[in-house]
Amino acid sequence: MQIKAGDDRLPIRCTLPRGGNPRGPGLDATDAGADTDRFRPTAMITVMTAPTVTASAAPPPAKKRFLRDAAAHVKDTDHRAFVRRALGGYYASRDAQKSRYRDWEHARDAASLAKWSAVNRLDELLPRFVEQFEANGGRVHWARDAEEARGIVLGLLRDAKAKAVIKSKCMTSEEIHLNAALEQSGYGVVESDLGEFIQQLRGEPPYHFVFPCMHVRRDEISDLFGKHLGTPPTDSPEELTMIARRHMRRLYVDADVGITGANFLVAETGQISITENEGNARLTAALPRVHIAISGIEKVVERLDDLAVLLPMLATAGAGQPMTCYNTLYSGPRRPGEADGPEEMHLVLLDNARTAILADPEQRDSLQCIRCGACLNVCPIFKNVGGFTYGTTYQGPIGSVITPHLRGLADWNHLSSASSLCGACTDACPVRIDIHHHLLHNRRNAARTAPNRWERLGHRMFVAVARRPWLFATGGAVFRRLLPLVKAVRPPLVRDWLATRDLPAAPGRSFRDQWRRRGPAVATGRAVEPRP
Amino acid sequence: MTPPAGDSAREVILARVREALRAPAEVPHALLHAAVGQPPGTDASRGSPVTAATPTLTILPEEAARPWLPDGGDTPEARLHLLVENLGKLRAVVQRVPTLDAATEYVFALARERDWQRVAWHRHPLVEPLLAGIPCGAHEVGTEGFDKSALEACDAGLTACECLVAQTGSILVSSRTCGGRALSILPHVHVVVATVDQVVGTLADALHAARDRHDGRLPSMLSFITGPSRTGDIERILVLGAHGPKELFVVLVG
Repeated sequence: MQIKAGDDRLPIRCTLPRGGNPRGPGLDATDAGADTDRFRPTAMITVMTAPTVTASAAPPPAKKRFLRDAAAHVKDTDHRAFVRRALGGYYASRDAQKSRYRDWEHARDAASLAKWSAVNRLDELLPRFVEQFEANGGRVHWARDAEEARGIVLGLLRDAKAKAVIKSKCMTSEEIHLNAALEQSGYGVVESDLGEFIQQLRGEPPYHFVFPCMHVRRDEISDLFGKHLGTPPTDSPEELTMIARRHMRRLYVDADVGITGANFLVAETGQISITENEGNARLTAALPRVHIAISGIEKVVERLDDLAVLLPMLATAGAGQPMTCYNTLYSGPRRPGEADGPEEMHLVLLDNARTAILADPEQRDSLQCIRCGACLNVCPIFKNVGGFTYGTTYQGPIGSVITPHLRGLADWNHLSSASSLCGACTDACPVRIDIHHHLLHNRRNAARTAPNRWERLGHRMFVAVARRPWLFATGGAVFRRLLPLVKAVRPPLVRDWLATRDLPAAPGRSFRDQWRRRGPAVATGRAVEPRP
Repeated sequence: MTPPAGDSAREVILARVREALRAPAEVPHALLHAAVGQPPGTDASRGSPVTAATPTLTILPEEAARPWLPDGGDTPEARLHLLVENLGKLRAVVQRVPTLDAATEYVFALARERDWQRVAWHRHPLVEPLLAGIPCGAHEVGTEGFDKSALEACDAGLTACECLVAQTGSILVSSRTCGGRALSILPHVHVVVATVDQVVGTLADALHAARDRHDGRLPSMLSFITGPSRTGDIERILVLGAHGPKELFVVLVG
């Protein structure tokens, strides 16, 4: 039910009834066309080399929507307080777990080293992984873009004569809008992760790519379950979890195909690693006859040993845990002598513009991302505008960095400004991605390839004025006198700024004038002494 | 380039990857001195890449991280102590018993106290003795196939494990030695039986032990279980027993 897509090939259709959608800005029909998830080689190349794209006169729909939703969300102080409270426990447990490290910063260096060396040797490690994985009995399918990936999964379901599909949390499948495609082709698909299940019933995409329903109150969940599952109301998170547990258990046993994501692909051994807490991914990969995993090509690490560093750090940074509850390595279907497991295992390896990020040496490290979500949890923008405002598969700072690559810089550059550049994200990143600088890099690239004519005109005018002292002084004098008028009239450009701020009173004289009158002695802070 | 028709997506993606990596990335400052050696085919005096950069590591990430990760204990006593402490924090129940007979008594008492109707098990020298006189039905998960619905109806699953990790309180199970994939995840309670000499220090030690044991042919599933199944999806409040076992008992023999 990834309905945020304005994907023309996939009319929105859900088999599950859509729940009320009180907080789903960015999901309405006007979004059509904003989100083109197809690989866009021309747009990508444009980013790097050819400064030919001209800015469109009207702001792109994605930007307009972002501004509208952000403004609405910021006013919802109850909701913001709720999200902050939910994150409060995370901060405490994350810090407690970090303190168990003998040095977290050095451990970050090592984790970053593992991912950096793998991403920079993807040409060598990716074929090695595939060779090992296929030697273990799995099958690899390559997908250049979202459409190809959806086609592959649908083909596999057809071959398996699938009747019931169970799915564990997989952000890559959100990225390719898989659920909508499956439902359109008549396959019932159930999200088994509790948060994703709640979001599926609500008809919303995840709010946060690690905590999908962190914005939903328990009474809303109780109502939702009452409506769809016919359960009596309760305000106990425990009881709500048990409702989902009971509902899901039969579905694992009955499903013929299980779809999962993958957190790491180990080149050395051909295993895929899946990190989770609930056990739903383990059940999804244990009981159905066919296991399909979907992963981006950048998830490769070289050695099994690398996981001894990355697994605990992913858990600590992402959820404040020593390890998540289940960290599982799969290397193919059931083997002779094993009690159970799927007969077939398939892995869909997705490019979908990842190679475009890879081609930019400056931002290549953003492929090191292990999707822990730590940067979202500390981001002042995320906490104030909320997850839906981004309108992206990957929210928050890392989403703001990679989405312009995945969907085109021209339409998504506004996310580069959805940052206070405080650098909290960069500090939080367990694999040391230089997140906030990449937002600046995207701003620069956008200025090169799709300059904003008004901004450019403004800069030119400033240069023209600043280079002529007399013009600067005259302009200043005029402006000081006009300031009260600006305050009273509130012209369009200033109005937004004034909405939340007070304009200070203009000083009587310019700084240069004051400087001249006080003299050099005052300026240097020394008392004037008479010359001998 | 024009890709061959047969497996074109593969060729196109790999070609894109090769092309993309022609421009070398700057080595991050923090990594430069510590761990990254000269890539093959570079000019050592200037450090500038002559061909495509394929940086090699002089220190492996695990080796670099080892002194800084959470402690795994230096002695068997320290490891055991850490393991018990970590499992406690994870809300698993640890029971140390002197002999396998005592373990059998403990499991018997559990089954009686909780009124288990049926427990699932697999053939293993540590698991089979536990079934002696167990006051309920037993469902064997064998390699000739079993009824998934019957397993789902079991109150508990009894399994062995590959090893236990002091550093994190994790239990490593495999599909080859621990009764397949479902036995340790589908029943509502998971009881693990292990000997104290199965305790290892760190996650890396556990991975090495598994590789040595299976001699390069790894089981189709290896899973680190770290506490009973849990979720925080509702208002970030911790609830145990999301989809996997609600309770985890670790019986340590020796």
